[in-house]
Amino acid sequence: MDPHADIPGTTIFDGKMAMIGYALNKMCYSFNRAEAREAYLADPEAYFERFGLNEAQKQACRDKDVLAMIEAGGNIYYLAKFAGIYKLNMQDIGAQQTGVSPDAFREKLRKAGE
Amino acid sequence: MARILGGITTSHIPAVGNAIANQTQDDPYWEPFFKAYPPIHKWLAENKPDVVINIYNDHGLGFFLDQMPTFAIGAAHEYRNEDEGWGLPKLPPFKGDAPFSWHVIESMVEDEFDITSCQELAVDHGFTVPMQLFWPDGDHPPAIPISANTVQHPIPTLKRALDFGKALGRAVRSYPEDISVVILGTGGLSHQLDGERAGFINREFDEMCMEKIVSDPEALTKISRMELVEKAGSQGTEFLMWMMMRGALGDVRKLSSNYHIPISNTGAGTMLLECV
Repeated sequence: MDPHADIPGTTIFDGKMAMIGYALNKMCYSFNRAEAREAYLADPEAYFERFGLNEAQKQACRDKDVLAMIEAGGNIYYLAKFAGIYKLNMQDIGAQQTGVSPDAFREKLRKAGE
Repeated sequence: MARILGGITTSHIPAVGNAIANQTQDDPYWEPFFKAYPPIHKWLAENKPDVVINIYNDHGLGFFLDQMPTFAIGAAHEYRNEDEGWGLPKLPPFKGDAPFSWHVIESMVEDEFDITSCQELAVDHGFTVPMQLFWPDGDHPPAIPISANTVQHPIPTLKRALDFGKALGRAVRSYPEDISVVILGTGGLSHQLDGERAGFINREFDEMCMEKIVSDPEALTKISRMELVEKAGSQGTEFLMWMMMRGALGDVRKLSSNYHIPISNTGAGTMLLECV
């Protein structure tokens, strides 16, 4: 029995997702260190290999596609470190995932306060 | 014996750390958030806690998925802040109180809360942003970090979080040193960073939580974890930290409260609760 609710637009990061995403999340965790970020940028493909990413994870990273990274087991707290390499903040990521412009996403957040 | 002065809650959004670093607190975007803090500064200046227990959730600096403690307590003489990968300026280390930490750990485990003790722990924005907000001049007392897992399900239940706080309260009050303690519950309120539902914020639910956490925290233990994800968003589960803090306090009176949407992607709540 799945103990987790089906919440639209929401992936519950549980043991199942943690197993799928371990290599991707481990790579992103390494980006806490500046030298790791530099090594990644110097040769992303070699960096993927070093952490044993599968093809879906590699392609999601190449595309900087956050929804695809989540589907491939990525956890948002570690993905935030990947996004940081490309100077993407949480509104940029939110906009990408919801298919709107960053300005439209910020407006949606502001409206939630009305 | 040690006594608990009160508890303070705040969101710990990284963007707040940037606003502090860039000194933009008075900008129209930030003013409705930062105006919550002067009454708390005044209370802290008057009450002068000897130790701060900072309950937060690590976001992938101190812990990774290789070893993920459900409840971790710092037992170090100091705690380093380190690079989190996306540009928050690194802060100087925070002084700890290791003998007090070990007393808390002894007491909690005796009370059947099985704790991960940490003689080294890098603390991230979840810990540092509240320290900056409450002690903007950096003159904070020694700190004990307590981190609960909200990165990976299964996360603790709301009842377990409140019970953890009750055991923490017993632990603090059984410490033979004559010290005063303030407890921080940081994180939340509603927000979701990931998925097609990114940007979800729920004012009604947040306001209910801010009311009930003062008057009837037991009622909040009826909320299931999946209901918390649904109503507060994936990362709104950080509300568990507020429950942990609240459990330690006993009877309280609310001295100040503020709620503002949005700060970054989040409904930001701040409260000062004094023990009575």
